[in-house]
Amino acid sequence: MIAEMTSVTALWWAVLFSGFYHGVNPGMGWPLAVSAALMERDHKALPRALAMLALGHFLAMIAILLPFSLMIFLVSWEVEIRIGAGLLVIAMGIYLLINRRHPKFLARVHPARLALWSFLAAMAHGAGLMLVPIYLGICAIGADEVGHLAAQALMGNNIITAFSVAAMHTLSMTVAGGVIAVIIYAWLGLKFLSRTWFNLDVVWALSLILVGLFGIYSAYFGH
Amino acid sequence: MNLRPDPTFHASPKLAMEAPIENYAFTVMLSPDGSQSDGIAVIDLKPGSDTYGEIVHQVIVPNKGDEFHHFGWNACSSSLSPMSGHAFLERRYLIVPGIRSSRIYVVDVKDPLKAHIHKTIEPEELFAKTGYSRPHTIHCGPEGIYVSCLGGGGKDGTDGPPGIFIMDCETFEIIGQYEMDRGKQDKHYDFWWNLPQDYMVSSEWGLPPQFENGIVPEDLLSNKYGHSIHFWDLRARKNIQTMDFGENYQMALEIRPAHDPTKSYGFCGVVVDTTNLQGAIFTWWRDDDGVWQSKKTITIDPIPADADDLPDLLKGFGAVPPLVTDIDLSLDDKYLYVACWGLGEMHQYDVTDPMNPVLAGKVELGGIVADTKHPNGKDFAFGPQMVEISRDGKRVYWTNSLYSTWDDQFYPNDEGGQMVMADVGENGGLTLNKDFYIDFPKGLRSHQIRLEGGDCSTDSFCYPSV
Repeated sequence: MIAEMTSVTALWWAVLFSGFYHGVNPGMGWPLAVSAALMERDHKALPRALAMLALGHFLAMIAILLPFSLMIFLVSWEVEIRIGAGLLVIAMGIYLLINRRHPKFLARVHPARLALWSFLAAMAHGAGLMLVPIYLGICAIGADEVGHLAAQALMGNNIITAFSVAAMHTLSMTVAGGVIAVIIYAWLGLKFLSRTWFNLDVVWALSLILVGLFGIYSAYFGH
Repeated sequence: MNLRPDPTFHASPKLAMEAPIENYAFTVMLSPDGSQSDGIAVIDLKPGSDTYGEIVHQVIVPNKGDEFHHFGWNACSSSLSPMSGHAFLERRYLIVPGIRSSRIYVVDVKDPLKAHIHKTIEPEELFAKTGYSRPHTIHCGPEGIYVSCLGGGGKDGTDGPPGIFIMDCETFEIIGQYEMDRGKQDKHYDFWWNLPQDYMVSSEWGLPPQFENGIVPEDLLSNKYGHSIHFWDLRARKNIQTMDFGENYQMALEIRPAHDPTKSYGFCGVVVDTTNLQGAIFTWWRDDDGVWQSKKTITIDPIPADADDLPDLLKGFGAVPPLVTDIDLSLDDKYLYVACWGLGEMHQYDVTDPMNPVLAGKVELGGIVADTKHPNGKDFAFGPQMVEISRDGKRVYWTNSLYSTWDDQFYPNDEGGQMVMADVGENGGLTLNKDFYIDFPKGLRSHQIRLEGGDCSTDSFCYPSV
């Protein structure tokens, strides 16, 4: 059962799913793409805005994943690192559960600076952290498979994996958000913008806790 | 916190116009001499209701001498931008400042018939946290609730410039001053903005000694009231341009930007031009180089009058000035309503072309000399003043008091608080509704009106009307 759950394929699906989950959440920015196209009276502004949001989100993922990929020289501490990462993610989830306030500094970002806003929003909500246990799971399986490679090669592999995870996740997020943005912009109209909006704050915080628990569990019992 | 956005939040002005109509109005009641407590009147506007057009509930505050004036919501349609992160706030609380006491009440109107005080912020807290006094205009925006103040620190509010402070939109804790670089701004009155375009515009009335004990004629004749508006980089909190209309344009008050966020223009009403007693409206806009420009697009002439019919203040002039004291723009940016408090007229201008407004309708009611009666035969004290338009643009409500001490100077023999309503014709035109006439409880005057679910001077939209 655990072996299945932590299989590489399953973990990559988790990366895709997390992207979809972030993407459909209006709080991660797709309404801004609708707004951009309407404000500029140019439908090309929609993909441009989505690209900016994606760039910011991607950088936020990388900013979180990369430090973990560099820790691989502590290979003998792998389990401890994964447990530590899991605890960190759980802590973020608990923090977001207790502190239900929205970060004020996000409101200071100029509305045209979508990449910056997207980066900060992802950071503030622990969007990158949500990927860490999944990412470390993929790295661990990778390490098992390649056997005892030199640490440097392993690190190289992990950096590539970090970029792939961030890219897959961001792509999935952008497609999910983009599809909704296009449907609202082209067919349904702005009325549906507020109708598709659900308060996911609690679900989001619980997801972080769940992913963190999964990270610790798989570090102990999985790979 | 809701699980879904508040149904009264609308992405665009057009959606707000199509939304269900207002069921209640909330109107300020003030005791001009501080002998009674001020309050908020809840007025039934449900079509077909037995108590339609009647005050069905009152929130009376425990203190006296607050002098209620303007007020606003804790949250509005601006919450629908993901950038503000406040999509799940409720439009539930009215932030009601006392302009004289500097005390602020937060009134819970979730159930309008059981509206009650939720929180009170004492003046000392406001002074300590902001250095400002005399809180006035309320708008809900990116960083929370923004409140403009007419006074700075010290007893008479002249110790330091007045400005805007920010209040948390959930806890109603005062956060602190808004401005990081106020430039030339040294007086304050109204402010509003365009959120996606990230600009704010603020205006000037005068400092507290210039208004609290009545208008100071010497200051007016020497052009010492405000005559500039200020353009701000909203999120950088920086004054980027100060525009002086000219010193004779005394009291640049209400700022009404176009509601559609793709537009970069708006209006500002000027009470009186001291060279000729005209009232004036300026259209302001951003040119292709990003520089703000303005042009006087409406003038309203004074009407000659016998000195015997005029209050002491105006006897020397032999004319009634229009006194443009409030303006309001319909959500489709089509009609600008202009209250001529001195003449006793409410004008409706078609501002489809904002550079060339056309008078489309007019109602005469009250006035210093005209003193026109309501079609129901009753008196209307003072003149048309605070005006509010229904979201759908079909009904226009207004009250009659300007400011306690100023009422007494311009209308020394009048007393009373009234609220009336006019119907807007299919193709413009304005007709007083004979059956809508609210006489406020004895000894209380009325000022700003807020409509349940938002109105034409509360909500800021983040998406264009399409």
